[in-house]
Amino acid sequence: MDLFEYQGRDLFERHGLPVLGGGVAETPQEARAIAERLGGKVVVKAQVKVGGRGKAGGVKLADGADEAEARATDILGMDIKGHTVHKVMLAETADIQEEYYFSYLLDRANRTFLCIASVAGGMEIETVAEEQPDKVAKIAIDAVKGVDEAVAREIVAAAQFPAEVSEQIVEIAQKLWQAFVAEDATLVEVNPLAKVGDGRVLLLDAKITLDENAGFRHPDHEALVDQSAVDPLEQAAKEKNLNYVKLDGEVGIIGNGAGLVMSTLDVVAYAGEAHGGVKPANFLDIGGGASAQVMANGLEIVLGDPSVKSVFVNVFGGITACDEVANGIIQALALLGERGEAVSKPLVVRLDGNNAEAGRAILDSANNPLVERVDTMDGAAERAAELAAAGK
Amino acid sequence: MAIWLTKDSKVIVQGMTGSEGSKHTRRMLAAGTNVVGGVNPRKAGTTVDFDGTSLPVFASVGEAMKETGADVSVIFVPPAFTKAAVLEAIDAEIPLAVVITEGVPVQDSAAFWAHNIAQGQKTRIIGPNCPGIASPGASNAGIIPADITPAGRIGLVSKSGTLTYQLMYELRDFGFSTCVGIGGDPIIGTTHIDALKAFQDDPDTDAIVMIGEIGGDAEERAAEFIKANVTKPVIGYIAGFTAPPGKTMGHAGAIISGSAGTADAKKAALEAAGVKVGKTPSETARLMREVMS
Repeated sequence: MDLFEYQGRDLFERHGLPVLGGGVAETPQEARAIAERLGGKVVVKAQVKVGGRGKAGGVKLADGADEAEARATDILGMDIKGHTVHKVMLAETADIQEEYYFSYLLDRANRTFLCIASVAGGMEIETVAEEQPDKVAKIAIDAVKGVDEAVAREIVAAAQFPAEVSEQIVEIAQKLWQAFVAEDATLVEVNPLAKVGDGRVLLLDAKITLDENAGFRHPDHEALVDQSAVDPLEQAAKEKNLNYVKLDGEVGIIGNGAGLVMSTLDVVAYAGEAHGGVKPANFLDIGGGASAQVMANGLEIVLGDPSVKSVFVNVFGGITACDEVANGIIQALALLGERGEAVSKPLVVRLDGNNAEAGRAILDSANNPLVERVDTMDGAAERAAELAAAGK
Repeated sequence: MAIWLTKDSKVIVQGMTGSEGSKHTRRMLAAGTNVVGGVNPRKAGTTVDFDGTSLPVFASVGEAMKETGADVSVIFVPPAFTKAAVLEAIDAEIPLAVVITEGVPVQDSAAFWAHNIAQGQKTRIIGPNCPGIASPGASNAGIIPADITPAGRIGLVSKSGTLTYQLMYELRDFGFSTCVGIGGDPIIGTTHIDALKAFQDDPDTDAIVMIGEIGGDAEERAAEFIKANVTKPVIGYIAGFTAPPGKTMGHAGAIISGSAGTADAKKAALEAAGVKVGKTPSETARLMREVMS
């Protein structure tokens, strides 16, 4: 889960890291109140989870509460690279003398964590990394030992931070690592980490990703979810413990296992090329050992998407038994019919593996005109694409 | 012969008394796996009956190894307890630990991996979030269905469970030496490269199927390894050619960020290393048929 900047700022503050005073507003009036509380000049920053907001006009200076309210009015509702601005953060301004870059992140290739630090921070860090790689220090962090004072000094030396800020950065490096571990983050990025006029080093931006697998240790992280960005179908699926991602095509997809479902999306997209370019409408993994009830829940979610014109159920029974899946399909159709949500979209079902024969027999004897059985993955994808194109 | 798991392997189950653990212990036994016991400190000294096979429960992995000679542990404990279970297996120096558990925090995986390195890598870790390892006709450690394919001479390594089953099924007339599901998490113990190396050295494996997924650069690194070290034919498959960037597709690792980690980039890297890559599972199986026929 990616956090907004203001959530990151709050998180840094909670962990005793030096940040500027600030607050978040959803209306110009709230922005005015925060500006009054902070006093003097403030910066008004669009809260979007995408880079390049400064260049897009989403960051403005304001002198006093009147201007802050006016700038907030301008920025709220703006579209930045397809992201609508619903919130602005107001923060005290700083007299920035130098901009540095500092991050901790997961290093998949080396199966550990990495610190990236540079004295050439700011908006152009990506260009610096490309053109002057020696200006960007990368230090592997041992996941067990972490960042103690000695490692922090190693980072400061490797990145060649100036002597007058080195003690502050040694402290920040350790506290930031403690926050990274305590919150189960996979990324904390500070750009800029800035030296300001009075000599202090402050964290002026925050890009943080939290590990959703660690949610069981962090009940407070649930409150950080951006409800405005959650797709209602994805939310409904989550409540039923289904792994669903909304996509923008017409063929609803249900399968078991993330890899097989991803593969199903590919096969359907290829098949769709010959049928007016129809595409998968979603990713839905019903998981291993799925019961009839789980199958019914999945069908309900997929059929709840109005852009779906046909549904492809692709199951390879490993742990999952195909007769359970077949029963689930028949029960789900009956259930939806009883609720008055009669299903009118065709289903193509491919069952293989554990109890496949029994599953196919159940589908055949149910003799539902909407359910079509095709016994190969490629053939079923072809038929589902054809039906979706016909239903458009 | 097979890699890492043979008919002589003695398997214990950490979490054998839990619902998943007991269900799959029963399945492993039915597949002919030599399961010799389980570990649960709160139930140590008791036994559990599995359709007539009575298995002892030990207090620790170390005790189970001492009493039974176990050399493989399959771990089914819930995510909150997985780190402790794997650390225990590493400290007991069991040669193979198969971590089935899904949803392990990545900092926990990083921690047990770092500990394994510090201890001299005496334990091979497979997973987490994986279906395990199966050497058809010999032994089965994890949740891979045992009846899809008989023994044969194809080796398979995969990030994905059900795609593994699909390919095993499509190529069941040839059969497999060993199938390894390495899992799709960002940090995993055994990589494509580890399995490729073992299959290259295994006299009973003639050709290798390698299944990857979008995200990370493991397949690209595997391609470099194949180019330099693998002489046996390798057929590749990558899931997620049409996946949109920035969306996580089920596996924590299956997310495309920026330009890195796309299926096209992985396919290109593999083809540059001489690996034929199928666009679909059925095409992948067909390419392997050409190699084996």
